[in-house]
Amino acid sequence: MEINEIYNKLKSVFGDGIGELKTDLPVRPFFFADASKIDAVALFLRDEVSLQFDNLSCLSGVDYNKDNLAVVYHLCSYALGHQLVVKCLVPKSDPKIKSVSDVWAAAEWHEREAFDLVGMIFEGHPDLRRILLPDDWEGHPLRKDYKVPEFYNGMKVPY
Amino acid sequence: MGILNKLDNSVEQFESGNIIITSMDKLLNWSRLSSMWQMFFGLACCAIEMMATSASHYDLDRFGIIPRPSPRHVDIILISGTVTLKMATRIKRLYDEMPAPKYILSMGSCANCGGPYWEHGYHVLKGIDRVIPVDVYVPGCPPRPEALLEGLIKLQEKIRNQSLAKHTA
Amino acid sequence: MSELKTEQLSINMGPQHPSTHGVLRLVLTLDGEIVTEVKPVLGYLHRCFEKHCESMTYPQVIPYTDRMDYLNSMNNELAYVLAAEKLLGIQVPERVEYIRVIMSELQRIASHLVAIGTYGNDAGAFTPFLYCFMDREKILELFDIVCGARLLYNYIWVGGLSHDITPEFVTKTKEFMKYFRPRIKQLNNLLSYNKIFIERTAGIGILPQDVAINAGVSGPTLRGSGVKYDLRKDDKYSIYDRFDFDVCVGTGERGVVGDSWNRYIVRAYEMEQSLRIIEQAIDNIPEGDVQSAVPKRVKPVVGESYVRTESPKGELAYYIISDGSLNPYRIKARSPSFCNLSVINQISRGHMIADVVMILGSFDIVLGCIDR
Repeated sequence: MEINEIYNKLKSVFGDGIGELKTDLPVRPFFFADASKIDAVALFLRDEVSLQFDNLSCLSGVDYNKDNLAVVYHLCSYALGHQLVVKCLVPKSDPKIKSVSDVWAAAEWHEREAFDLVGMIFEGHPDLRRILLPDDWEGHPLRKDYKVPEFYNGMKVPY
Repeated sequence: MGILNKLDNSVEQFESGNIIITSMDKLLNWSRLSSMWQMFFGLACCAIEMMATSASHYDLDRFGIIPRPSPRHVDIILISGTVTLKMATRIKRLYDEMPAPKYILSMGSCANCGGPYWEHGYHVLKGIDRVIPVDVYVPGCPPRPEALLEGLIKLQEKIRNQSLAKHTA
Repeated sequence: MSELKTEQLSINMGPQHPSTHGVLRLVLTLDGEIVTEVKPVLGYLHRCFEKHCESMTYPQVIPYTDRMDYLNSMNNELAYVLAAEKLLGIQVPERVEYIRVIMSELQRIASHLVAIGTYGNDAGAFTPFLYCFMDREKILELFDIVCGARLLYNYIWVGGLSHDITPEFVTKTKEFMKYFRPRIKQLNNLLSYNKIFIERTAGIGILPQDVAINAGVSGPTLRGSGVKYDLRKDDKYSIYDRFDFDVCVGTGERGVVGDSWNRYIVRAYEMEQSLRIIEQAIDNIPEGDVQSAVPKRVKPVVGESYVRTESPKGELAYYIISDGSLNPYRIKARSPSFCNLSVINQISRGHMIADVVMILGSFDIVLGCIDR
């Protein structure tokens, strides 16, 4: 299915929950979805017969700009062979977004990683803990304003 | 006899042939350096080169170096790769579990000083010597098996010069 | 006896354990000898790859991608470079494309050899490990000839290659292929169809297709479950569409489709297919300059790219966001081992501890790739 058809289908179901389709940037078109509705959008994308996005290829947390974080979903369909990019903006002041881990099991660890490194809260996630860094680590390293700590557990961190 | 050749100038042999005399230091050092059991323990990229070194092509066995899975069995530990802050406390613990005398060979730039991760590696320990003492450093990213062998021979030399009378760190 | 109290036991496997293939820690909950839950604890090799990328220029990132999945450096470089080239809109010369394919297929064989060798080792068969490393050494020699490094190459550059191949490389590669074909057969006789090995792996850790796809499992692990999906065929990156090769899947020849043995045997079959690709490519390398398309300054426009490639472990993808400066704004590596490992809890429940070792080995994980 072409990106325009997929987009129109989503737009007709979710209305304002789906932002406009951006095609001006190079490489692949994408659109923004509402962070509070992303679980419903995800479920629709997976279960709708003409879409069948059965595989979440990648989920990335991004420090998007001064005020917002973003979660980027790269989807693909093994059954139908098409791909899609969906983004969600999350304000830094209240970084909450619905989890999609019950739609795609692949999201579970990816969301934990995004929480660990970028610091958004995935609501409805079964086990939202740090995954890569130790549990007592402070801060989220992939934020642009992250400061490396001087010491961790008595070990000097900078060179 | 292989043993006598190895010990040659420090050994005195009686004519009847069954008894040899040597110093305690020489005997202990010789036995230590020719059976340096190594911990079955790999960290990162260097571990693959360590495995390649212990496989048939380079063959660590001929130095008497055999990997053992438990820290209680081993004499040397090869720190083969990047040590992260999360791992550093575990390595310290493994080191404490090893029986003395114990030796540490730091393999590769990451274990020596942080390697390519020295500047922005917020979660990388910049050198294993910040946590445990190191006997031999092998530079390289990753060191070739030849370099690792050279490092192990250097460690053997170090052990050969030890003495019970002198205190060494 | 019914009033005997039993308790669940929780034990640690790792971070130092000979069969966790690195510094992975598994927290096993046991009911006697039966595993009731496996909780992987990651991050013991988290080397901050993604943070490094933000401070490096685009070509400087390549050595760090090498160190991510260190058994498989060429494919890592290729995936990253393809993503960067897509962002820049560079068309690389034909010669470069051919050499890249040859290198990444050689690397695939080397990576599978390590996977098979260490898997045999996990099962208690030490000899295949020595055989595999002996053959792998020959591939490393080939890489050594062409770029001077054994493990981490920095060979594939944005727009080209660091060195051109030599005639010596071509003849040595042909010699290697002639030598290696019978060795695969030998390896199969030695390990794959060994009765003890089959007993250890067949029927262990069965991964159903739908679970695999939903959990993002990819590569030989997915194909072991019988899903015929290979990005070399399905996404057609680089010039893979020009070569004739088969996508190998687990057929349940021994055991059940989706078990550890079928995941394993896909790798043994794939080495054969990689040889086929190299055979087709090595005689058709066109003439040309491998550095003619290398840009002096890599400064892409604002935008983003996501390229998926088939690494020996599975679907390896790089997501690059550019803000138009010399450094990438954000790079996310989608690592295959990370997703593959996430199903371990689901498929090892109900098995013995020794089986967890076999299941873990059949994923062929690399911790550098999982923790980045």
